[in-house]
Amino acid sequence: MTDTVLDVRDLRVEFPTRRGLLTALDGVSLSIRRGEILGVVGESGAGKSMTGMAILGLLEPPGRIAGGAIHLSGDRIDTLAEPAMEKVRGRRIGAIFQDPLTSLNPLFRVGDQLIETIRLHTELTREQAAERALGLLREVGIPAPEDRMNSYPHQFSGGMRQRVVIALALCAEPELIVADEPTTALDVSIQAQITALLRQLCTDRGTAVMLVTHDMGVIAETADRVAVMYAGRLVETGPVDDVVRRPQHPYTVGLMGSIPGLRRDVEELSMIPGSMPRLDAIPPGCAFNPRCDHAGPRCRREAPRVAGEGAACWLAMEGTTA
Amino acid sequence: MTRADAILEVDALERRFDVSAPWLNRMLENKPRRTLRAVDGVDFAIPRGRTLALVGESGCGKSTIAKLVTGLYPPSDGAIRFHGDRDRVQMIFQDPYASLNPRWRVGRIIAEPLRTLRPDTTDAEAEARVAELLGIVGLSPTDAAKYPHAFSGGQRQRISIARALAGEPEFLVCDEPTSALDVSVQAQVLNLMKRLQREFGLTYLFISHDLSVVRHMADEIAVMYLGRIVELQPTADLFANPLHPYTRMLLDTIPDLERPNRNRSPMRGEVPSPIAPPPGCSFHPRCPLANDRCRTERPSRQERVLSGRVACFAAEEGRT
Repeated sequence: MTDTVLDVRDLRVEFPTRRGLLTALDGVSLSIRRGEILGVVGESGAGKSMTGMAILGLLEPPGRIAGGAIHLSGDRIDTLAEPAMEKVRGRRIGAIFQDPLTSLNPLFRVGDQLIETIRLHTELTREQAAERALGLLREVGIPAPEDRMNSYPHQFSGGMRQRVVIALALCAEPELIVADEPTTALDVSIQAQITALLRQLCTDRGTAVMLVTHDMGVIAETADRVAVMYAGRLVETGPVDDVVRRPQHPYTVGLMGSIPGLRRDVEELSMIPGSMPRLDAIPPGCAFNPRCDHAGPRCRREAPRVAGEGAACWLAMEGTTA
Repeated sequence: MTRADAILEVDALERRFDVSAPWLNRMLENKPRRTLRAVDGVDFAIPRGRTLALVGESGCGKSTIAKLVTGLYPPSDGAIRFHGDRDRVQMIFQDPYASLNPRWRVGRIIAEPLRTLRPDTTDAEAEARVAELLGIVGLSPTDAAKYPHAFSGGQRQRISIARALAGEPEFLVCDEPTSALDVSVQAQVLNLMKRLQREFGLTYLFISHDLSVVRHMADEIAVMYLGRIVELQPTADLFANPLHPYTRMLLDTIPDLERPNRNRSPMRGEVPSPIAPPPGCSFHPRCPLANDRCRTERPSRQERVLSGRVACFAAEEGRT
C-alpha cells in the first residue's frame, strides 16, 4: 500500500518508576491512509494522547518507546535522534492541541508567527511566506485575514484561535496532522465549524489526520475509521459506522450504551461496573476481563491482540473464552 | 407566572455585573462605565419532584442563575420565590476536584451540612448517617476515613452528592455535574441522580451544555442565549418541535451518534459579547429568519405557543 501515511506497529511505551516499570502502551498497531481521518477514542488514561505524543516524539521523560516501530510514508521515525525528529515535526507532521493558547505565543502577532513557522520549514522568502500565511488564514476561514495578520492571539475568540492553530499546523503542508482533543474546549456550535474545517482540509489536501478525542459524537461525524483504546491497549478498530452501530468488543458495547442518545429513550443508561485499572494494576490477560460479563479462563490468562481491523476479544475472535 | 405545585418560581430575574475599568483609568482615559447583563429578565417555575434543565453555550448565564437560586449572588432585580424550606437547598458543582476540601476526611465533609442543619447531632449519630449516605451513593462506609485525593472523579462526584443529601434537601441545583467525567462514569452518576430523585422526591435545577444529557434527565428544558431564555418547552416537545431558530440550530449542530451527518452545515458566526449585545433580538445576527423588526425590537419572553413559550417574532408570525 503506497498511500499509507502513518503506520504504527506493536508500539510499546514504558515509564520506569521507583516502584517498577509501568507499561503505558502495549501492542498498539494502527495505520492511516492519505486523506483519511482516524479517530482514536477512549476515556481518561486510556493512552490515546500518549499514542499521539509517541508519534510526535514528544513523550515526557522518563517515558520511552520500548518496542515496535512507527513509519511515516515508509520512513522509520521512532528511532530518529531529536535534531532529525525536530525537522519531521512541523514539516511532515503537524500538531493541534486542546488549548490553542499553548500553541500560540501571546507576545507575537499571528501573522509573524505564521511567517516564522513557514520560513523555518521551507525555503520561501519573507514576502512569499507572508503570501502563504494570508492564504492559510483565508483557507481556515478567518474573516478579513489581511487585518487579522496584525492581531495578537488574545484578540481572537476561542474558535478563531483554534483556526489559527490549524493554519499553523498546515504551514509546511505536512503529510499527517495529529489533533489531540481539538474541539473539547469549544462550544458545540463552534465545535461543528472546526470539525467541518478538518474534514474539508483532509479532502482538499489529502492530509492524513489522527483525531484523538473522548467524544464519540465527534468521531461519528468526523472520522472515517476509529480505534478504541482501553488501559493502554487497542480494543477495537474498524470503519466508524461499524464500530458505532455494531460494536464487537464488550467494552465498546458498554461505552456506546452509556452515552445518552438524541432519539433513544431509556430510563437507565447502561453502565460498565467498576473503573479502568491504573497502570500499575493492569490485570493479566485481557485488561478488561474483571469488568466483562463474558470473561472466561482464557481472558484471564492470555491478552488478545488485534492485527488490522476488528475487536481484541477472544469471544469476538474465536467465539469462545474457554 | 404562578403554578400551584411549584417549589421554585423565578420572576423577571436580572443580574448585572459592573465590568468597568478601574476608577483611575475611567478618570484619566475617559473610559465609560460598562455593565454586563449576565441574566437579563428570566422567568421559570419548577414543579415539586420534577427536573428543569437550563441549556446554552458558555457565557449564556446558566451558571449565574445557579448561583442566584442558591443565594451565592444577590439578584440585581426580579424575584426568586421558594415555596419550601430555604435551608433545604443544596448544590452539586462541576469540578469534583475543587469542590471537596482536600484536608478534610470524607466523613467530615459529608457530616458538615448535617451538623449545620441539626446542631445537636451526636458524633455517633453523625457517623451512622454518613455511613448510610455513603451506601446510598454506592460507596463503602469505610471510605469515610479517607481523604478526597484517594478517589477518582466519579467517586468524588458521588461524595458531593452524599454531602448534598446530608442536608436533607428538597431542591438540588446541579451545575454541570457530569461535564468533568468520562461517559461511562457519567452514566453511573446520572443513573444515581435519577434513582435518588425517585426515592426522595427531589426537585432538580439541572444545568448543562450537553443536549443529550439534558434530554435524558429533564422534564422541561429552557434554552438560554445571552442571558435570556429564548425557548422553554417540555423535553419531548422541544426535541420534536423546536420553535426558536437558535434551538433548531443547536439541535442541527450537535453530533448525532445514531444518525451521523458528515455534511451538516455548521452554525454561522459566534456568540456576540454579552457586554455589548446586538439590539433587538440578540440572536438576529446569526438568524436566517431575521427581518427589520428583529433588528430593532426585543421579543418579549412571554409569547406562549402550544405547551411552551418562545421569545421569537419569526415563530410568533409564522415566518419560516
